Amino acid sequence: MTRATEIACYPNGPLIVRGPVRLVDATGARIPTRRATIALCRCGRSRISPFCDGTHRTTGFVDPPARGRPGPADR
Amino acid sequence: MTLSAAHGAPPRLPAPVGAVTEALIDALRQPPHALFDLPVPSDGDDLAGDDMHLALYVCCELAYRGFAGVDGEWEWEPSLVELRLGLERRFETALRAALPTVPDATEGRVPERLEALIAADDSPSVARHLAQRGTEDELRELLIHRSADRLKEADPHVRVIPRLPTRAKAAMVEVLADEYGGGRPEYLHAELYRQALEALGLDGAYGAYVDRLPGVTLATVNLMSMFGAHARWRGAIAGHLAVTEMTSSEANRRYGRAVRRLGYTSREATHYFDEHVEADAIHDVIAAHDLAGGLADAEPDQGDTVVFGARALFLVERAFAEHLLGAWSAGRSSLR
Repeated sequence: MTRATEIACYPNGPLIVRGPVRLVDATGARIPTRRATIALCRCGRSRISPFCDGTHRTTGFVDPPARGRPGPADR
Repeated sequence: MTLSAAHGAPPRLPAPVGAVTEALIDALRQPPHALFDLPVPSDGDDLAGDDMHLALYVCCELAYRGFAGVDGEWEWEPSLVELRLGLERRFETALRAALPTVPDATEGRVPERLEALIAADDSPSVARHLAQRGTEDELRELLIHRSADRLKEADPHVRVIPRLPTRAKAAMVEVLADEYGGGRPEYLHAELYRQALEALGLDGAYGAYVDRLPGVTLATVNLMSMFGAHARWRGAIAGHLAVTEMTSSEANRRYGRAVRRLGYTSREATHYFDEHVEADAIHDVIAAHDLAGGLADAEPDQGDTVVFGARALFLVERAFAEHLLGAWSAGRSSLR
């Protein structure tokens, strides 16, 4: 049985995606990834979008309280 | 892209710099035997002394690649292990004595404590200096200093794996697998570092620059080796790795900017730094929440050890940064 792809939402940080995914841009063109685990930007400020580059920490990105979900570490 | 073919060639023994390294390095050239009446380090500075930290580095290195012409049996020679443990105790005592100079964070869960330490850190930044106005010589010096651990990147952290509880173990292996290229040797971070060194006209061979490294640099490596070697320090190596990953994307973005600003735009020159911007943003949250947080959740008494490991990292890294920036602002080399 193949395991479902997991998207983990970390507090005040990126979405960590584990498992087979095909990442494409708005035209459907493939965005290359070679890693088993990737981090997708959630703060909107990454300079290597759609991937996270850690900028959320320097810009003080905080989860919107109404929509914030605890990450797997905090359940 | 050519892979390093010379992994099998261990480095030469470094030249001694004081009383302990004189005795130790002389002994290592001989067949394994019991060491008697070794002197204590001659520096009087257990945090950053050259003799103290070269001696500890040489002891620890026997468990990685060893040295050319040194019998592998030396690694477990009881009197050499005793010497290593004695040097580690001196280092630990000095770290604990200096720890109050580093901000602490006692509130919240471990990931929040680590975030608070990072927010409170006011150390000078070598990366920012190099990105903004560093010279080519300064960039080369930084790469030479860091070669002491980047050419064995992640190796000190591997030994903790069997000592971790389930969630922390899975997180550590996930991070380390990426450090080691995810099964592709050309993406091994140590290999990318070798290519960066050579792209900047430096020697990419393992251990090539140990004779140029001051104790303040070797202390940053010895800290990892010490934490990684002892099961009781499993929290400390987790905290060390977590803070390293949490602060690495930004630093490497700056180093990448410095490399390009100084005219090195080849993939070999920039790949190591670009790779770390992306990779360490992934490792950041996994190491903070799942590794360090996961360990402290499973073993609450390890929480303070995690924070100790992180603060010890800030302590040695601040001394390292002050040494480099101090030497450069005085117009001197920061190397030995």
